[in-house]
Amino acid sequence: MATMVKLQRKINGIKEESFNRNRVAEENRRKEHKAALLIQSWFRGCRVRAYLRHLQRKATTIQKIWRGYLGRMYFRRMVKIQKRWRAYYVRKYVHNYYALKQYLEGLIMTNEIVRRELEEFAVIKSREREKTALESGERKKDYLARKMHYLVSTEQIAGVFNSPYKLFPDEMEFRLRGAKPLSPKASRSRKHGTEGIVETSAPGTPFTLPQIEHLPPIPKKKQQGPFRDPTEVLLQRYKPLEPTLRVATSIMSVEEAREELKRKEWGSRVNDELFHHFSNANKSRRHELMLHTSSKFGHVDYGTKHFREENPEKLKGKKDFKRVFTTVQVFDKFGKMYSSAGKAV
Amino acid sequence: MGGCRDGGGFAGRQSVQWRCAYNDFVCDVRVAAVVLKYETRRFYKKAAAFVLRAVAKHSPELAQAVVDCGALDALVISLEEFDPGVKEAAAWALGYIARHNGELSQAVVDAGAIPLLVLCIQEPEVALKRIAASALSDISKHSPELAQTVVDAGAIAHLSQMILNPDAKLKRQVFSALSQISKHSVDLAEMVVEAEIFPAVLTCLKDPDEYVKKNVATLIREITKHTPELSQLIVNAGGVAAVIDYIGDSRGNVRLPGIMMLGYVAAHSENLAMAVIVSKGVPQLAICLSEEPEDHIKAATAWALGQIGRHTPEHARAVAVANVLPRMLSLYMESESSEDLQVKAKKALKSILQKCTYLPGLEPLLHEAPPNILKHVVGQFSKVLPHDSKARRLFVTSGGLRKIQEIKSEPGSVLQEYINSINNCYPEEIVRYYSPGYSDTLLERVDHYQPVM
Repeated sequence: MATMVKLQRKINGIKEESFNRNRVAEENRRKEHKAALLIQSWFRGCRVRAYLRHLQRKATTIQKIWRGYLGRMYFRRMVKIQKRWRAYYVRKYVHNYYALKQYLEGLIMTNEIVRRELEEFAVIKSREREKTALESGERKKDYLARKMHYLVSTEQIAGVFNSPYKLFPDEMEFRLRGAKPLSPKASRSRKHGTEGIVETSAPGTPFTLPQIEHLPPIPKKKQQGPFRDPTEVLLQRYKPLEPTLRVATSIMSVEEAREELKRKEWGSRVNDELFHHFSNANKSRRHELMLHTSSKFGHVDYGTKHFREENPEKLKGKKDFKRVFTTVQVFDKFGKMYSSAGKAV
Repeated sequence: MGGCRDGGGFAGRQSVQWRCAYNDFVCDVRVAAVVLKYETRRFYKKAAAFVLRAVAKHSPELAQAVVDCGALDALVISLEEFDPGVKEAAAWALGYIARHNGELSQAVVDAGAIPLLVLCIQEPEVALKRIAASALSDISKHSPELAQTVVDAGAIAHLSQMILNPDAKLKRQVFSALSQISKHSVDLAEMVVEAEIFPAVLTCLKDPDEYVKKNVATLIREITKHTPELSQLIVNAGGVAAVIDYIGDSRGNVRLPGIMMLGYVAAHSENLAMAVIVSKGVPQLAICLSEEPEDHIKAATAWALGQIGRHTPEHARAVAVANVLPRMLSLYMESESSEDLQVKAKKALKSILQKCTYLPGLEPLLHEAPPNILKHVVGQFSKVLPHDSKARRLFVTSGGLRKIQEIKSEPGSVLQEYINSINNCYPEEIVRYYSPGYSDTLLERVDHYQPVM
């Protein structure tokens, strides 16, 4: 009850206060409303923005994947094209199978040709070698046959190559029959062949002139038949060479003549003084005084100029110049005499 | 010539004697040089040059002693003699001096011998030509610079004119000189090729003289080894066929340069290797591999085959068809073969196997190869079998699968992987059927089987 009374006592105060409070609230309400709105708008804005951001992110992810997929698809198609093209290009131009095949076939043919040619070449060469070997063997045997010609069998006595116990004579026997015996001169002349380290038999050696064959010997007596006298033949054979003037003159004759002339000039050169060795040079020569120091006129200083001799004392004792020869009378009278016509001569 | 007093003490006697002998020798060489320089009679000059040659022949030190005595000038002067015998002797001595090492031949070059030697080649005497060519060969073999000086003197033109000379000994020297010149660099080789020796040289591969053949093959080898273009040129000229024929005709060391030439050509590119295959080079090499007794030739042959087969499966097939793989394997396995041969055979085998898809050629290797080779063999099987049903069938019937099951390999190794991938090509029963101990497991199953009544 007491509280009720207390409250009733305060009721006016409370009324006033509530009025005041309401008034203040009324006064602030708009402001607060505006502020609340601001806060709300800010918050909602934030939230929406975050949501949008979220959406954006998701969209980006989707787009990323999709675009990547598209790109890869595109790229794969591109690679397919490139692959085809590159394969085509390489097969066509770089590793052209058909070209390689053709090349290898060509190579096989070339090889065949080369092999055949080399084979032929080898056959030819071996045949040549055989032939030369055979020829040289024949030559050797022939030479042997000539050398052993004394072993040939005669009518009466069979030679060593013609054994009576055999059915046929040896091959050498026939060779001996056909051979001409080797003369001792031939063996001597063989020695005169070319000597030296270099074998001239090998090809590639320089060409040599064919050697002159020896002429038959001249018999001492005149032989029977239509032959000349041996002396005449001798003269003919050993007559001196008589070349024509053109052949006899050397092609260098002009130069040779010049050389000869030079040599003569050099040999017959006039030289006045004998050459003296330096040590002996002054022994035979007397010392000669100088002209200036020895003359009685004395030394004239350098730089002295005079056009006429002006030293009358030194000239005192001298006589006048006299002509040695007698004068020609006509000339003495020249210009002083008169002719019969009265003119000066 | 010079006498020598005996040395003092007994201890130093030997060295003193030696020194006296050396001094005497130097005296002799000097006298020879002086005789060569100032003597006018040709026989004396020749004899003096021969003395110098004989001294210089044996070792670089002796040749250096000859050079130190001033013999080079005298020798070069005698190259200008009129008499071919004296020239020959001098060229001979110069060649012997130059053949030892690069410095000595540089000394010979510095003495101005090369132009005179080139002049000697042009002389009509065959013996002189021969020796001058040999001297040029000896000079140019040491370094590219020396070879270049020889080329600059115009030697190639004159040498190349003599390749068809009928004299075999001259041809030997000429080809030797050309190959020594061309071995140094691409430029020099091209200069030799530009002398238009090419189709003509091939005829000399049919020469009766073995050394001519060998030197020609060496020349071709030295030219081909530089670039694919030079090799192509020789292949196009039919050089490969000629060389293969020559390998077939000759025996022993003579065929070695030819074998190497095939290897060099095949190493450059796959087309060139194919050219060698097409020219029937592989069967010839296979014959060489089987019939040559010498290890180094076999090594070269194995190397050449490896170069041919390493390019593509096609190449490897060509090599495998010739049935050289088992032979190479046996060369690799034999304890008698030299180390070099083993290395070469192994490398060749490896490079061929990595390309080979010709299974019948590989199968013999399955049974014999050691693990390091077997790895490659099984690898090739594992690559081919999944894609080839006929081969799978053949592989079973020929006993390959059984062999595969018998191979012991560590789990996780490359070999095990290959084996697994082969096993995956077959049904499980077959694999189990061929695995070792299968009969025992069957019997065990019999033991454990409870009969159904």
